[in-house]
Amino acid sequence: MIKASSLLRVRDLRKSYRSGDHRLDVLRGVDFDLATGEFVSVVGQSGSGKSTLLHLMGLLDAADSGEIALGDTRIDRLPSARRDRLRNSAIGMVFQAYHLLPELDALENVLAPLMVRHGVIEWLRVRREARARAADLLTRFGLGGRLHHKPRQLSGGEMQRVAIARALVTQPRVLLADEPTGNLDEATGGEILDTLCELNRADGLSIVLVTHDAAIARRADRIVRLAAGRVEAA
Amino acid sequence: MYKLLLCWRYLRTRWIALASVVSVTLGVATMIVVNAVMAGFSHEMQTRIHGILSDIVFEAHSLSGFQDPAWHMEEIRRAAGDDIAGMTPTVAVPAMLSFQVRGQWITRQIMFIGIDETTHAYVSDFGRYLQHPGNRERLSFALREGGYDTVDSQSDGPGPTRPALEGAGWPHRRMRVERERVWREKLEADRAKAAADQAAEGASGDEGVQPASAVGPVRSVDQQVDAVLAATSQPVAAAVVNEQAAPSTPTKAPDPFKAARPEEGRAMDPAKEQFTGIVPGIGLASFRDSTGVDRFLVLPGDDVKVTFPTAGTPPKAVSDTFTIVDFYESKMSEYDSNFVFVPIAQLQRMRGMIDPQSGLASVNSIQIKLKDGADLDVVRDRLRKVFPADMYAVSTWRDKQGPLLSAVEMEMSVLNILLFLIIAVAGFGILAIFFMIVVEKTRDIGILKSLGAGSTGIAGIFLGYGLFLGLVGAGAGLALGLAIVLNINSIRAGVEWCTGQRVFDPSIYYFFKIPTVIDPFTIAWIIAGAVAIAVASSVLPALRAARLHPVEALRHD
Repeated sequence: MIKASSLLRVRDLRKSYRSGDHRLDVLRGVDFDLATGEFVSVVGQSGSGKSTLLHLMGLLDAADSGEIALGDTRIDRLPSARRDRLRNSAIGMVFQAYHLLPELDALENVLAPLMVRHGVIEWLRVRREARARAADLLTRFGLGGRLHHKPRQLSGGEMQRVAIARALVTQPRVLLADEPTGNLDEATGGEILDTLCELNRADGLSIVLVTHDAAIARRADRIVRLAAGRVEAA
Repeated sequence: MYKLLLCWRYLRTRWIALASVVSVTLGVATMIVVNAVMAGFSHEMQTRIHGILSDIVFEAHSLSGFQDPAWHMEEIRRAAGDDIAGMTPTVAVPAMLSFQVRGQWITRQIMFIGIDETTHAYVSDFGRYLQHPGNRERLSFALREGGYDTVDSQSDGPGPTRPALEGAGWPHRRMRVERERVWREKLEADRAKAAADQAAEGASGDEGVQPASAVGPVRSVDQQVDAVLAATSQPVAAAVVNEQAAPSTPTKAPDPFKAARPEEGRAMDPAKEQFTGIVPGIGLASFRDSTGVDRFLVLPGDDVKVTFPTAGTPPKAVSDTFTIVDFYESKMSEYDSNFVFVPIAQLQRMRGMIDPQSGLASVNSIQIKLKDGADLDVVRDRLRKVFPADMYAVSTWRDKQGPLLSAVEMEMSVLNILLFLIIAVAGFGILAIFFMIVVEKTRDIGILKSLGAGSTGIAGIFLGYGLFLGLVGAGAGLALGLAIVLNINSIRAGVEWCTGQRVFDPSIYYFFKIPTVIDPFTIAWIIAGAVAIAVASSVLPALRAARLHPVEALRHD
C-alpha cells in the first residue's frame, strides 16, 4: 500500500476541536499519499477538513492521532525546534489570503524564510546569493519590475505570485497550497494555476492543492475527495 | 535576521509606540536634571562646609579650652601621625559684633574665632574665600592699600558685583577719618554757636522756661558727637592695652601688627594706624539686593567693636575695637553670617587665656588636616580612644554637619524613587501599546510561524522592539536632560524673562547661579533602569505573541 516513491504519507489521521461541551471531529482517520513530483488536488465542501489536513501536513497544528511522514521520516511527533526547521526548509505554503508581511516589500517578503533560517552574521554571508535567487524567482513570475513594491501596491494576482515565490525560495520538497485562487477572479486565478502546473511539469515540484472548486481541481494529476473527515473513494 | 528587520520596520511604521516612549524620555530627562542639580547643591554645600571646617576638629567641651596645644598636637601626632598632614590651634568663643551705620549701632551675634594666620590657611580652604588677592595668597591681618575684588572671585561666569569694595582698605579709612574730622568740627562749631546763643538768651532774662527747651537739641547734638567720636576716643585705650600685652604674645616675624602698636604715649592716628585686624563673614557686613549687587554696611578699613567673654569663672564680658581688614565668603550662609576671624594670639591675650606663670596659652580646639586618601572615621575613632570623651570632642567635618548632609541625601533618594516611579508608569504605557501591536500583528505572527520562525524568535522580535524603544527613549532623555543641565542657567533666565517671576533669587540662595554636577555613574544607572523597564514591560506581550497558535493566528482578521 505504501509506495516506495511516496513523498508525503498520511495514515489514519484524526483531529477534533473542542468548544465547550461540544466536540467537533474534523478528521476521522484520513489516509493520503503524495508521490514525488505529483500534483494532487484535495477537494471537499467547507468544513470537510481539507484545510485542517493541509495545516497538519504543514506542521502548523498537531493531530490527535495518526502519523505523517515526509520521505522516510515521521514528522508529526518531532520537537518544536525541528518542526520549525522542517517547516522552513522542506515545506512551502501558499494561502488564500496571500499572507504577505505588509511592512516588507516584495523582495523582502520572498527573502523572509531565508532570513528566518539564518542568523545576522550568517545572513551577511549568504545575502547576495539569496537576493539573486529571490529576484530570479520574482522575475520568472513576471514581477521583475515590482521587487520593491509593498504588498498594498500590488494586485491580488501579483501578491499571490509573490507568496508562491516566497514558498519556493527555500527549495522545498513539497508545496502546500490552500485555496490559492480563492480571492482572485477567474482569469487571474487561471494564471496562478498555470504557474503551479508549469512548476509541477518543468521543475517536478510536488504540490498539494486544496480547493472547493471541482474545475480547478481537475488541473491536477489526481483528485482526492474529503467528506465528513474521511477520504472518499475516487 | 528577520527579527532585526521587523523590529526596524515596526519602529519606523508605528510612531504611536514612540509616543509611549516620550514618558520614558521625560522621566529620564527629569531624573538627570534633578540629580545633577541636587548633586550640585550637595557638592557645593559639602565643599563649603569642608572649606571652613578642617577634616577633623578636636575640641574641648569647656569654653576656657585646654592648655598647651603643642603637647596635644604631639599626642595627636603620636596617635595618628601617619595620616596627619597638618594641624592648627583655634580659639572660638561666642561674641557680639557692633558697628555703626548712619549713626545707628547695629549689633550681631557671632562666633569669634582666633586662628593662626600662618598655618590656618593650610588646614582648611579658608584662604581661598578671602576678597583680597593678596590675602588669598598669604593671609595677613594688616589692612591692605585697596585692591579688593569687586567681582566674586569664586564664580566662573557672571557673579555678584561689589562696586563698594573698589575703594575699601586704607583709602576708605583715610576718607572716613577725614569726613569724621569735618563732621566733628562742624558739630563743635554748631554746639559752640548754640551755647553762645543760649548764653545770649539767658542773659536777656526770662529764665523760667527757656533753659528746659534749649536742653533738648543740645543733648541730641551731644549724642551725635559721641557716636562719631566713639571710634576715635576708644583707640587710645585699646592701643595702650595692645602695647602692654605685646611682649608676652608669641609673635612671628614679620609682625603684621606693627601698625596697631603706636609709639608709646602718643594717641593713635586712625588715618595711618589700625586696630587688631579681623575678618568677618561677608554675610555679617553685606546683603544682596534683588539685582544681584552686594550692598555693604561696613567695609575693610572700618572699625567695629566686639564684645566677648573672658576665660575666667564666671566669664566677664570685655569689649575691644577691631579693624576690618577683609571679608571671607564661604557661600555657606550659616558660616558667612556667623563667623569672625581674628589672630589667635590677640584673642588669647584679651581673654586671659595665657597662664601668667607658665606662659602657656590655652586653645579651644585643634583643626586637623589629613593626608589625601586617609579615612576620616578611622582617624577620628583612633583619637577618640586616646582622648577621654568627657573632656574632648573629636568629630569629622561630616559629623559636624551630619543632619544637614543626611537631610539632603534623604531628599535626593526620595526624589529618585518618585521619579523612577514615573518611568515605571511609562512602562505600563509600553505594555498596553505592545499588547495592541501584538493583537494587530497576530496574522503576521502566524505567517512568520508558517515560515518556520520559532516561538523564541517571535518573542525576540517584541523584546528587541522594547529594547529599541527603551534605548531611543532613554537616549532622547539623556540628550534632553544633559541639554537642560548644561544650559540650566540660561533656561532659568529665559523662564524668568517670560514669566516675570524670579525662579532662582540670588538674594535668597547663596549661590549666584544654579550649581550642577553631572555624575556619569548616576546617569548610567538611570539609563540602565529606563531600558530595563522598557524591556520588562515588553515581556508579557512578547510571551503572548510567542504562544499564539499559528493556525488561529493565520485566521485572525
